[in-house]
Amino acid sequence: MGIILNNISKSYANVPALDDISFEVAPGELFGLIGPDGAGKTTLFRILTTLLIQDRGNAAVAGYDVLKQYKDIRNHVGYMPGRFSLYQDLTVEENLTFFATIFGTTIEENYDLIKDIYIQIEPFKDRRAGKLSGGMKQKLALCCALIHKPKVLFLDEPTTGVDPVSRKEFWEMLKRLQQKNITILVSTPYMDEAELCDRIALITNGKILQINTPEAIIASFPKKIYKVRSSNTYQLIQDLRIYPDTHSAYPFGEYLHFTPKSEAFGPMDLSKYLEERHHKGIEVKETVATIEDTFMDLSKAQE
Amino acid sequence: MAKDNMIQVENLTKMFGDFTAVNNISFEVGKGEVFGFLGANGAGKTTAMKMLIGISKPTHGAATVAGYNVLTEAELVKRNIGYMSQRFSLYNDLTIKENIVFFGGIYGLSSKDIKEKSQTMINELGLHDMTNSLVGSLPLGWKQKVAFSVALLHNPKIVFLDEPTGGVDPITRRQFWEMIYREANRGVTIFVTTHYMDEAEYCDRVSIMVAGKIEALDTPKNLKSQFRVDSMNQVFLKLARNIE
Repeated sequence: MGIILNNISKSYANVPALDDISFEVAPGELFGLIGPDGAGKTTLFRILTTLLIQDRGNAAVAGYDVLKQYKDIRNHVGYMPGRFSLYQDLTVEENLTFFATIFGTTIEENYDLIKDIYIQIEPFKDRRAGKLSGGMKQKLALCCALIHKPKVLFLDEPTTGVDPVSRKEFWEMLKRLQQKNITILVSTPYMDEAELCDRIALITNGKILQINTPEAIIASFPKKIYKVRSSNTYQLIQDLRIYPDTHSAYPFGEYLHFTPKSEAFGPMDLSKYLEERHHKGIEVKETVATIEDTFMDLSKAQE
Repeated sequence: MAKDNMIQVENLTKMFGDFTAVNNISFEVGKGEVFGFLGANGAGKTTAMKMLIGISKPTHGAATVAGYNVLTEAELVKRNIGYMSQRFSLYNDLTIKENIVFFGGIYGLSSKDIKEKSQTMINELGLHDMTNSLVGSLPLGWKQKVAFSVALLHNPKIVFLDEPTGGVDPITRRQFWEMIYREANRGVTIFVTTHYMDEAEYCDRVSIMVAGKIEALDTPKNLKSQFRVDSMNQVFLKLARNIE
């Protein structure tokens, strides 16, 4: 009774947005769609929330078919689109009452579900939604998407442009909602958030690169990976580009992540090469891949 | 002012009615430095940046940017800086070439300069096949790379980048940072905001704003040892959480 997608494809004027997408989200699962702007995440959300019709394939949400039973789906899902879509001229409380009324319920009836989130914005309940800060808008939008006690919750990039502190709080809220048996499909361009999901799908250019638990995806990274640094990062990138044994070299925080072409690669060889090129403070150490390493490796292979 | 400082800020304050959005901040940024300007949403970053680029007047305090006073020489500030944001950068309904010509014209470059500049820029970006494509049809990451180059058209001494990589795919995001390094190596000063904490590690120095004040300012390395953590993400969480 979660979400099922079979061979979903969708094009806009011959430009494919989604290409043969299939996966399932189990009831009560927190499932992440991880991919950059333009990957097709929003198109997928719009098909599953019955706002857009797919070209091919079929999909079911909470046991209802997205085409034949679209009205049932609309009653049983909550959807928080990427763009803020509440009424800017209504107050916080008016927005919430409005959405409750549309779904034939009241704030009191399902207050339990939104209480944790709503108490944070309740001091501003008479303020117009348009005048709220980004973080508060996001909390209000989440309350409005939850007020009818949906079985499945769709969140399209809820944390884009949000600072790290508010992002962390938002994910703590999602974890609590999951405890209340709500199936959650959430998309994000922030790869570090992937690790907070039960399972994730890495998506780019309308195609799924991989689906699995975050741990399994990290473990599947096919190469040895090293973190490398020296006192001049820019020069380090340039020199690694022309090093004969480089498969990839990308900045990762204070280090560069480096993968070699050959199996026989020895870190000492690289240190020596960098010394010859007058680098100071050289460090080459084996490290563990992240979701982002995997994503880049898979999208590079796809090109 | 030290002669190599591109930004010099002293006790800068901005009030909206009773609300102090920027509260008495002071710092400087050197030539060719990559300076990360971080803070939670609503901490006052955008307000501070608006004062530095000459489009909002400080309530108190002073700031010099590229050698010009933001209060008395705002027009000269604007002419000597580059600026790009995530929201507005280029015209989607113009081609890449048309955008270059348009912004080149705005900055008063001669047609000869514009021609030369756009050639160099297209070579560096490897965009030969796409010069006549509408900007709106480009993937976000490409748009941002083009926008950055356009912000550099008039050879500014300093470029302000407001969340340039939000939502950009991980490979292009890194290519974008390579462009930043390249320009910094050429002596351009970079002033950048971001919500990606790995990008904070790429900066020479980082400041963190909390509720209108700069609560921390140092190299990423020193900030991490000061807060006894191993990533800038943890520095950020510690600072912004503790204050609340």
